[in-house]
Amino acid sequence: MTLAPARQPDKVSVPETREKRSRADTAFQAIVGGCSLIVLIALGGLVLLMGVGGQEAFRTFGLGFTFRNVWNPVANDYGAWAPLFGTIVSTLIGVLIAMPLAFGTAFWLTAIAPPKVAAVVGTAVQLLAAVPSIIFGMWGFFTIVPFMARHVQPFMMHNFRHVPGINLLIHGAPFGTGLMTAGIVLAMMIAPFMTAVMRDVFSAMPGMLRESAYGLGATRWDVMWKVVVPWSRTGMIGATVLGMGRALGETMAVTFVIGNVTSVGWSLFAPRSTVASLIALQFPESPAGSLRLSSLLALGFILMLLSFASLSLARMLRKDRK
Amino acid sequence: MSDMTTSSSGWAPNANGARRRRTDKLATLLGMIAAGILVLVLTSILWTLLSRGVTGLSAAALMKPMGPPGSGGGLANAIIGSLIQTFLALLIATPLGLGCGIYLSEYGNRQNRFASCVRFVSDVLMSVPSILVGLFVYQILVAPFGHFSAFAGSVALAILAVPIIVRTTEDMLRLVPIAMREAGAALGATRWRVTLFLCLRSAKTGVLTGILLALARVSGETAPLLFTSLGNQNWSFSLNRPMASLPVTIYQYAGASYEDWVQLAWAGALLVTMGVLAINIAVRLSARRG
Repeated sequence: MTLAPARQPDKVSVPETREKRSRADTAFQAIVGGCSLIVLIALGGLVLLMGVGGQEAFRTFGLGFTFRNVWNPVANDYGAWAPLFGTIVSTLIGVLIAMPLAFGTAFWLTAIAPPKVAAVVGTAVQLLAAVPSIIFGMWGFFTIVPFMARHVQPFMMHNFRHVPGINLLIHGAPFGTGLMTAGIVLAMMIAPFMTAVMRDVFSAMPGMLRESAYGLGATRWDVMWKVVVPWSRTGMIGATVLGMGRALGETMAVTFVIGNVTSVGWSLFAPRSTVASLIALQFPESPAGSLRLSSLLALGFILMLLSFASLSLARMLRKDRK
Repeated sequence: MSDMTTSSSGWAPNANGARRRRTDKLATLLGMIAAGILVLVLTSILWTLLSRGVTGLSAAALMKPMGPPGSGGGLANAIIGSLIQTFLALLIATPLGLGCGIYLSEYGNRQNRFASCVRFVSDVLMSVPSILVGLFVYQILVAPFGHFSAFAGSVALAILAVPIIVRTTEDMLRLVPIAMREAGAALGATRWRVTLFLCLRSAKTGVLTGILLALARVSGETAPLLFTSLGNQNWSFSLNRPMASLPVTIYQYAGASYEDWVQLAWAGALLVTMGVLAINIAVRLSARRG
């Protein structure tokens, strides 16, 4: 690094006309600009092709395709509501579980844990964020699903069967798969990611504010709740929304544990399906040009819009803060 | 800041000392539990992988190609297939990502509409569900040619890798002090030379980190490969044909009802996870030393 400037003179001392040099610069700018253009086209093409591919489904069923609760390959009749419902509910469950987990972990790591312990635990959390999603799926399938089937669901049935309202939510045979299981696995996937973002947000706060509060005699929780949280509220919401975006499009982990039944209902323990899992499962058996394929692409288009919306929201919040 | 003043107006730190200390203890406990849960999940995943994966991880599993259930097949073709597709993906993604990152940091100031557009798109691509990338590549590289191919799989992986490389390259180049660029220019170096031989060179470690992180992210991806490289039971080195890959094999085998297939799935899962975690740990260690 230090050598580079020293060596530079004999490299550039080769006589070059000004024109030649500016031409090289223009070419360089064109090349890197071209790379950027390709990236731009890639996303444009992605959105466009989803839309075009799903056109037939939207033409056949109208915009109401989004809210039709039917997915019947035999009758060739499709609607997006069942998988969309599964996606939204499993994501909500995941975010609701992940948010306190991520907040608690970030709080503990930034304010309480001794530096050495925080370094180890922080690394563990970051490694958890790097574990591929299919591994979460397998882990969920072989550990969470049996646990839900043998312990959680029987327990819920035994204790809450007669409580009005709750009995609707826990109704169903104890398969272990379902929205709740998917939500839990999603939470474990997105919580480490959200923790990392929240940690960054917390430590971006000027130390002076924190120290002033401590100086006034505040406890660590006081500092967290009355100083850090108000200061970093938008950043925290941004982290949550980013995590939500990940949960929305997650495929492999969910496919393993959600049970893959296209239906809608109150029960959180019944097998359902999500947009991404339905695409993963049914795409291979959908012939090219069929209405089913088009419906799957239309689903993809809706999912794209959802994830786009959540990202835009996260970006808006981030800009707000600056 | 306005938040602070409003919340502090109703706040008297010296009141209710005992209650505040209790709340603090409770919050500390809850925070520790939250961190504990995440660590527990990681341990549980690693433990499950090790206890179930090691038994299937024999020399035969690593050397033999996949086979029908009960025939003593292995994972060799899937491992090689994964390596080929991942490295081809990096080969495509690295120059593109570097170029785009250089453009954004060197030419993409705030006034540049095109650059902020590209930056936004790259952000979107980073968070786009990976299965949609698979669908997209299916439509442009599989459907028109009428067959699945390893090349399509690599392109799908490359699309996922590019935004990560773009982001780290841009961030790292922005960290290079402006004085370095000025020094180069003062010596009469052209802009492209300054960028490539001064800035990129001094940001080398960071840029490499980005490429490695992209590699880690991409090597565990399953969804984009399902509709592109599809998977293959046999040896295949042709980029023009379906090719096996570890994640897809895991996906196919884990749900199977044959004991030996499930065991191979666990062995494969162990391999993938160890690979991904090893890259991550290596990156972290080198970052600490740098």
